[in-house]
Amino acid sequence: MNFIANNLLTLILFIPTLVAGVLVFLPSQEKKLIRWVAFLGSLIPLALAIFLWINFNRGQAGFQFEEHFVWYAAINSTYHLGVDGLSLTMVLLTTLLTPVSILASYSIEDRVKPYMILFLLLETGMLGVFLSLDLLLFFVFWEIGLVPMYFLINQWGSEKGEREIWGGRKIQARTYASFKFIIYTMGGSLGLLLATQMLGVVAGTFDMPLLFERWTALSGALFGLPIGTVKAIAFWAFVVAFAIKVPVWPFHTWLPDAHTEAPTAGSMILAGVLLKLGAYGFLRLVLPLYPEEARYYAGALAFLATMAIIFGAFASYGQDDFKRLVAYSSVNHMGFVVLGIAAAAFAAGTEDAVIALNGAVLQMFNHGISAAGMFFLVGVIYERTHTRDLNDFGGLFPLIPVYGGILMFTSMASLGLPGLNGFISEFLVVRGAWPIFTVYTALSMLGLLFTGAYILKGIKKTLHGPLNEAWMGRISEINLREIIVMAPLLVLMLWIGVWPAWILDVINRAMAMFF
Amino acid sequence: MIGNVTTEMILAILPEISLLILAGIVLLMDVLWDEERRRGLGWLTAAGLGAILVISLAAAQPGAESVRMWGGMIRHDWLSFVFKMLFIFGAGVTALFAMEMRELGRRGEFYLLLLVSTIGMSLMASAGDLIMLYLSIETTSIPLYILAGFFKRDNKSTEAGFKYLLFGALTSTVMLYGFSLLYGFAGTTDFTQLTQIVLDGELPLSLVLGALLLVLVGFGFKVSVVPFHFWAPDVYEGAPTPVAGFLSTASKAAGFAVLMRVLIEAFPVAVPYWTAILAALSTASMTLGNALALAQHNIKRLLAYSSIAHAGYALIGVAAVSALGITSVVFYLLVYVITNLAAFGIVSAFSRVSGSDEIADYAGLSRRSPGLALMMLIAFLSLAGMPPLGGFVAKVFVFAAAVQQELVWLAMVGVLNSIVGLYYYLIVLKVVYLYRSEDEDKPVPLTRPYALALVILIAGVILIGTIFAPWFSWSEVASAALF
Amino acid sequence: MQFPILSIIVFTPITAAVLLQLIPSERMTEIRVTALAAAFFAMFLSAWVYFSYDAGAGGYQFVEKYDWLPVLGISYHVGVDGISAPLVLLTGVVMFTGVLISWGIDDRPREFFTFLFILATGVFGVFVALDLFGLFFFYEIAVFPMYLLIAIWGWKVTREYAAMKLTLYLFIGSVIALVGGLAMYFASGLNTFDMLALENANFSREFQIFWFPFVFFGFAVLGGIFPFHNWSPDGHVAAPTAVSMFHAGVLMKLGAFAALRVGIMLLPEGAQFHLPWIILLALVNVVYGAYIAMVQTDFKYVIGFSSVSHMGLVMIGFATLTREGFIGAGVQMFSHGIMTALFFAVVGMVYDRAHTREIPELGGFARAMPLVAVAFIIGGLVSMGMPGFSGFIAEFPIFMGLWNYRPWIAIVAAISIVITASYIIRIIGSVFFGDMPEQFVGHIGDVTALDKVALVVLCVIMVSVGVYPSVMVPIVESGVNGVLALLGGV
Repeated sequence: MNFIANNLLTLILFIPTLVAGVLVFLPSQEKKLIRWVAFLGSLIPLALAIFLWINFNRGQAGFQFEEHFVWYAAINSTYHLGVDGLSLTMVLLTTLLTPVSILASYSIEDRVKPYMILFLLLETGMLGVFLSLDLLLFFVFWEIGLVPMYFLINQWGSEKGEREIWGGRKIQARTYASFKFIIYTMGGSLGLLLATQMLGVVAGTFDMPLLFERWTALSGALFGLPIGTVKAIAFWAFVVAFAIKVPVWPFHTWLPDAHTEAPTAGSMILAGVLLKLGAYGFLRLVLPLYPEEARYYAGALAFLATMAIIFGAFASYGQDDFKRLVAYSSVNHMGFVVLGIAAAAFAAGTEDAVIALNGAVLQMFNHGISAAGMFFLVGVIYERTHTRDLNDFGGLFPLIPVYGGILMFTSMASLGLPGLNGFISEFLVVRGAWPIFTVYTALSMLGLLFTGAYILKGIKKTLHGPLNEAWMGRISEINLREIIVMAPLLVLMLWIGVWPAWILDVINRAMAMFF
Repeated sequence: MIGNVTTEMILAILPEISLLILAGIVLLMDVLWDEERRRGLGWLTAAGLGAILVISLAAAQPGAESVRMWGGMIRHDWLSFVFKMLFIFGAGVTALFAMEMRELGRRGEFYLLLLVSTIGMSLMASAGDLIMLYLSIETTSIPLYILAGFFKRDNKSTEAGFKYLLFGALTSTVMLYGFSLLYGFAGTTDFTQLTQIVLDGELPLSLVLGALLLVLVGFGFKVSVVPFHFWAPDVYEGAPTPVAGFLSTASKAAGFAVLMRVLIEAFPVAVPYWTAILAALSTASMTLGNALALAQHNIKRLLAYSSIAHAGYALIGVAAVSALGITSVVFYLLVYVITNLAAFGIVSAFSRVSGSDEIADYAGLSRRSPGLALMMLIAFLSLAGMPPLGGFVAKVFVFAAAVQQELVWLAMVGVLNSIVGLYYYLIVLKVVYLYRSEDEDKPVPLTRPYALALVILIAGVILIGTIFAPWFSWSEVASAALF
Repeated sequence: MQFPILSIIVFTPITAAVLLQLIPSERMTEIRVTALAAAFFAMFLSAWVYFSYDAGAGGYQFVEKYDWLPVLGISYHVGVDGISAPLVLLTGVVMFTGVLISWGIDDRPREFFTFLFILATGVFGVFVALDLFGLFFFYEIAVFPMYLLIAIWGWKVTREYAAMKLTLYLFIGSVIALVGGLAMYFASGLNTFDMLALENANFSREFQIFWFPFVFFGFAVLGGIFPFHNWSPDGHVAAPTAVSMFHAGVLMKLGAFAALRVGIMLLPEGAQFHLPWIILLALVNVVYGAYIAMVQTDFKYVIGFSSVSHMGLVMIGFATLTREGFIGAGVQMFSHGIMTALFFAVVGMVYDRAHTREIPELGGFARAMPLVAVAFIIGGLVSMGMPGFSGFIAEFPIFMGLWNYRPWIAIVAAISIVITASYIIRIIGSVFFGDMPEQFVGHIGDVTALDKVALVVLCVIMVSVGVYPSVMVPIVESGVNGVLALLGGV
């Protein structure tokens, strides 16, 4: 017990890899065995994460359950893990969504073993970002997460669809999407890499707590330029990398393709967790390292966030492809996260800032839940109808009432219906940002309006309206496994919507101590 | 001194006396033995030479100082001794190689001429005055002219012999003229006295230099440096291959011995000018030799041009007139003699079976006779200057001598020329190892003595390349005689 | 004098080569097994040396010294420090996996392994040499077998041309460096070739500035520095698989290593003076090499040019003359060596079955040889500098070193990372995924068990160093400390 408590974070981080290692030795044909080993194996980190949640001392400032080991001593980088309220929330999200996604992947028949292995490795990558307290380690896990995702999209993504690239050559849509995803993100993280190198050289350490102190204490000139200029450049390098991930408009163009072409579970994780990595990066790194620059450029950031909210919503509304609609909705929802962060950056230390941050972080969690749910549901109907085109559906509610009910519930949560989780977080963001960036917040209400529009469009075209005769007798109801996949998500959507205190308390205390 | 002939004086020329006796025995046996048994003459010669080697090493080793003997005609020192051993070794190996060629090995005259030439070389190495020098050079050369043209019915061989004769005669005439000028100016033929006279300043330097240039013509011919090299390709190509081997090794080494002795012992005052001239000759030889070798398709001609280039490399050491320089030259010649003998030995063996000396006909040798191909590889790579073979160490020492004397540019030229050399050696090896031919199932048989000789040579090449300290100390001792 | 483990490592290959001559040509299995046993033995010993190296103590360990030619100060002097120990291990690993990969050679395997082992002896010798003469001696031994190996067993289309070009280029470089070495010998006045003594020789500044380019570039030719890299791509492509593995994996490191040992360590002021344009040339290597790799259609040429690019990083690391730069370069030599050995092994496996290396003509090989695909992906990730693998551990400090020197160079060099990523991903997609062209369907068999062993060994090494850098970095660091001490006076 002591061992577990002392190395809790390392266990959470590497048990998925361990399970993946076990999977390597299982015979490829035993698909059921592989699925169940993967699923049950992924429940272990969840159990540990809950254990972590319970034993987390919310009143205490700073990081807990810290672990410190030698890693790359020659350049002053160590294996340093730790959680605070922010990362704890994200860890919970990740360890929850992974088993859910694995369960959702039971319908995959092709090369189940590598699929599951990649999924588990992906989990380690994401967890590593959240748990890492060393900048170099952070970067390592950041990049590690890209590779499994690339392969998941590339190999198990949607089989239909073609894109034309330069020279008139046609390639599969999933190839295009995965390539764009990885190159875009890697290109973005190039700046992050360079800035990380520089930080390490200048500060002499990669350990985040030390780094925050030393870097912010720097003054004078650096590399022949005034420190302000250097910091600004580094700031933007970090921001671009994270902005691509979130994604912040206009760095979002990889997202619709990647989300749409990814396999269902891939989209769930992508929208559910991967996007949060970017936002987490903002909170964990950008704000502490560059408080002045963040404040200085907060307006620009808020502007971009607002654009994301509005354009994301408009774009979503204009889609005929259900999955693409949900993809753009991610842009829209994550815009709120960024708005909250921008507001907090601008008015650091005030109560409004704390509220905005609360909203942002909760929105990260909530969107994770609801986006995962939405993507799953799209996947469910796709498996039955083999189309994602909204115009092909029509009035399916009587045929699949249970599915319809769940879809409506989840859509409402996504829309921000009071009583469900989305409302809480969006309200907090707007409440916190209003005094700080009134105009932007007001504009984003427009986006909120269209959020409602596209959600309702989605539901309407699918479930309501005249019944499309073609589907009669040809579409089956949502099955037990799929309900079990959705169940925890639905429960959380309701629970947080009705009684958010259990999570909001943790977040709030963490955010209050943030500055 | 007339009159008292002491034991030391006899011992000083013990090798030469023994060679003369051996020549007499060979002549006698040639008369007594009939056609079939004449092949035994080769064994006799080789064994005899081996015995002479042993006896000389046992009894006739010189002291640390160079001693004038026989009225100043002979110098008995380590320089001459090392070279003598080298010549005797070379002659012995040549005899072994030549045994297998009907037209050569069954003829007593061949061995006789070989031995007489060796006597001449020995005397060249130990010559102490101008007369002895000239006599010994002629004693060396005239048998070689005949040996070159030994195949009476072969046009190429006759042409080779004739060309060699004409060229040799011409150059030795010029050289003799130079000698006569020197004698005329100085009134003596003895090197030591000549040195003294020049040092005292009684002779104007320009006269001395002029005479020396004429002398250089003769030496240059012997050593086959540019521009006295024109005879070499045709002679090597036409002469019987073992003879070509002997020519390219022992004869050349003799030329070097003489060059070094005359230059350093007799005319130290002219050294700065010598250096410039020799450096120029060296550069020309290396460059031209390598460049022309590129275009050859006959292996003997290729080896001829390569020999010219190697003379150039060795001259670098001479141009760096220093203890290390002379040491490196002696070492270089040691390696070169062994390597080139091996190369020509292999060529001779192959041409006996294939009847051709064209490089293209060597295709597939590695499959016909892997052992022979491997030996060829080692010999050629040593010529190219690759470790762990002797050629590498030899080149390093020669270049080191140049660098030590601030002749870095010369070392660079040498280095760059090595690269060119590597190219054409590799081409030959490529043909041997890569190209295929229909004759691959016909092996190249070697008789035991032949194979033995080759193996000894190749082993020597590898040995000198790896454990070179003993050979280096021999060379050092040899050069110490001059400094 | 302790147990002469280094000498045994150095001479095992050539002894095996001699022993191979005793086995008749037709007994191919005996030949291969003997070769494998010798290679395994050498690898085992090199691993022993590596793991026994005391990083805390640092300096040269396992030292042996015997007289060779005392009159000229030439001795047989060997030892390893923190930089050469990983390289000795690298050579052992590549030799072993190379023999495994070459199991299928049936045209005169005896001669093949003979020449390969002569090459191996030369390489080992250079890495452990502490005497300048000895270094050159072994360096040249490592050059000439390449000619035979490529010309005889290489790719028929370009082998003769590539072999000659490679040999001449490398030979030119080494002899030019040799002259520089001789100059150092005489100028030091110490009458010794012993590098440890020459480290303290205090050559004059003018001497160092004049001779440094000769020595550095003479050796860096083998390291593939621009503009003398031209021999490398053709040489890589024409060579048979195991020789390419050796060539890119080890031989190029030989050049960089010798440039460090003889150039930077013995002529530190010269290094200081010349490093600006060395960095620029190496930068060209990095970016240009990556770019050219991107536009190739022959699979093997892509990897050949990527080697040029990665070696550029090694030389940049050296040229920064910083602690991080050296550490990164030291690890990169090892990491890239393993990675490129893997790449060429995979290329060989694909080519042996498809008889083409044109990327547009390949496809879908992951289904036929899944382990190979995974191995190649891992290698690709190392090449991209993906964290979690050894390539990142190597490249990151090199960039840190660049930041200390000129930040803009770090930024430009980083471009190569994206270019590398793009072509690596492209190749993986084109060769291993997608649809297999019809003519191959059903004709592509999986690789042999021996091949798989080789690939697994290489992958495990790359992942281990990537995940746990402490298994290599402290050793390299101790070697770097020694180098920095020599530069300290500058």
